[in-house]
Amino acid sequence: MNFDFAIILSNAKFLLLQGLVGIGMFGGGTLRLAVPAILLGFMAGIILGLARLARRPWIHYPAAVYIEFIRGIPLVMVIFWFWFLVPIVIGRPVPEYWVALTAFVMFEGAYIAEIVRAGIQSVPRGQVDAATSTGLNYIQSMGSVILPQAIRNMIPSLVTQFIVLFKDTSLASIIGMMDLTKAAQTVSQRELRPFEMYAFIAVVYWACAYGMSRFSRRLEIRMSPERVPFR
Amino acid sequence: MGAMVGFFGFSYQFRWSVLWQAPHGQWLLNGLLMTLKLTAVSWVFAVFLGILFGTLRTVPFRPLRMVASAYVEFFRNVPLLVWLFFWYFGAPEVLPESVRQWAIHHGMEYWSAVAGISIYHGARMSEVIRAGIQAIPKTQLESGIATGLSVSQAYRLIVIPIALRLIVPPATNESLNLLKNSSLAMTIGVGELTFATRQIETYTAKAFEAFTAGTLIYLVLCLGIAYVMNRVERKFAIPGLIARTERAEH
Repeated sequence: MNFDFAIILSNAKFLLLQGLVGIGMFGGGTLRLAVPAILLGFMAGIILGLARLARRPWIHYPAAVYIEFIRGIPLVMVIFWFWFLVPIVIGRPVPEYWVALTAFVMFEGAYIAEIVRAGIQSVPRGQVDAATSTGLNYIQSMGSVILPQAIRNMIPSLVTQFIVLFKDTSLASIIGMMDLTKAAQTVSQRELRPFEMYAFIAVVYWACAYGMSRFSRRLEIRMSPERVPFR
Repeated sequence: MGAMVGFFGFSYQFRWSVLWQAPHGQWLLNGLLMTLKLTAVSWVFAVFLGILFGTLRTVPFRPLRMVASAYVEFFRNVPLLVWLFFWYFGAPEVLPESVRQWAIHHGMEYWSAVAGISIYHGARMSEVIRAGIQAIPKTQLESGIATGLSVSQAYRLIVIPIALRLIVPPATNESLNLLKNSSLAMTIGVGELTFATRQIETYTAKAFEAFTAGTLIYLVLCLGIAYVMNRVERKFAIPGLIARTERAEH
């Protein structure tokens, strides 16, 4: 078998524009799903992580149960739950994009919550006491003392999780959302060249994910406290 | 008889008996067995690849380290779903005829899934094992070599046994990821648990019951394994050593 580069070149525009970015008649798009999912998942994760650390039992037990529940089931299951049940509950069909986005935020939120919890627990106890003793309330001390330090500790695992989420968006193709994977599937059914198509999108996914991990390594070095100059 | 439950004016007729009516109960059971088999077989390959390449990433010989890094960085940065499609739809074109014939006669879907899952998770497992090895003070290896062991003996007899005990928690985490990710094999037609729940949903239109059953089985499996491994972790913890290996990378 000879590797057919021409097939890749003639379909690259569709795969990259429609599949990766989401510009085209099918909507969808890997990045158009991944970017909001990462941002919203991060926010959901902070809220859930804080809830799990809360002192009041009626806040931290539900959060803990939710996190353990989601972490115990595969993402495909979560996507199917939303895909089949949201239409039953609200009585009308929901576009694949919104089903996928909701499922990813709910799913990744639980994983990010655990990272947030570990990050907050890595901040020395004295910082909390100091913040409280200067008269800051919970929101002020979290927002300006604890979280900024915690987030710096979290960056490696957080970026790792964002990369996982980026790769997980390929699962949106299972419910038919036109992302990079679905675009490659569609093209390879037409062209009958699956090897070239899947090899090509593997390289595209790889470039994005590897780029993110290199970027995180640089960010980590820039943000490590020992490199911050004395002021 | 089922109960009617209304949500916002829409009612749903529950009928839990679809889960154990023939042949659905059998589908669920077969799905569960397939999930367990797929997970176990892929896990063995993934752990083998993980130990091999995780160790190679730490050896004092640059070309071997580069080969191992290339494997890890390439395979773990591409989604598993893409790998499954690649191995199932793409790779058979380039395989030798004899291998292809063998795979067709022995369940193409199953072996594509085993290949995809074990190579992808092997790369992730390598990172866990590398982190475990790097958490061991370098003097352990050096003193092993100083007592006259060869590098491979020092790894085999000293470094890897300690590393394997250190990495029980992150390796458990990663193994559970493998179990959960085995659900993706449904996309290439392997009749595992998620496939079975989808099938029940398709045949009975009872989405809620089918997905509840699938969800509960996964939950019991994951929480059960986590509980057992928590015990194992305590048993194998090295007394006096508080080395904490970093969490598994993606």
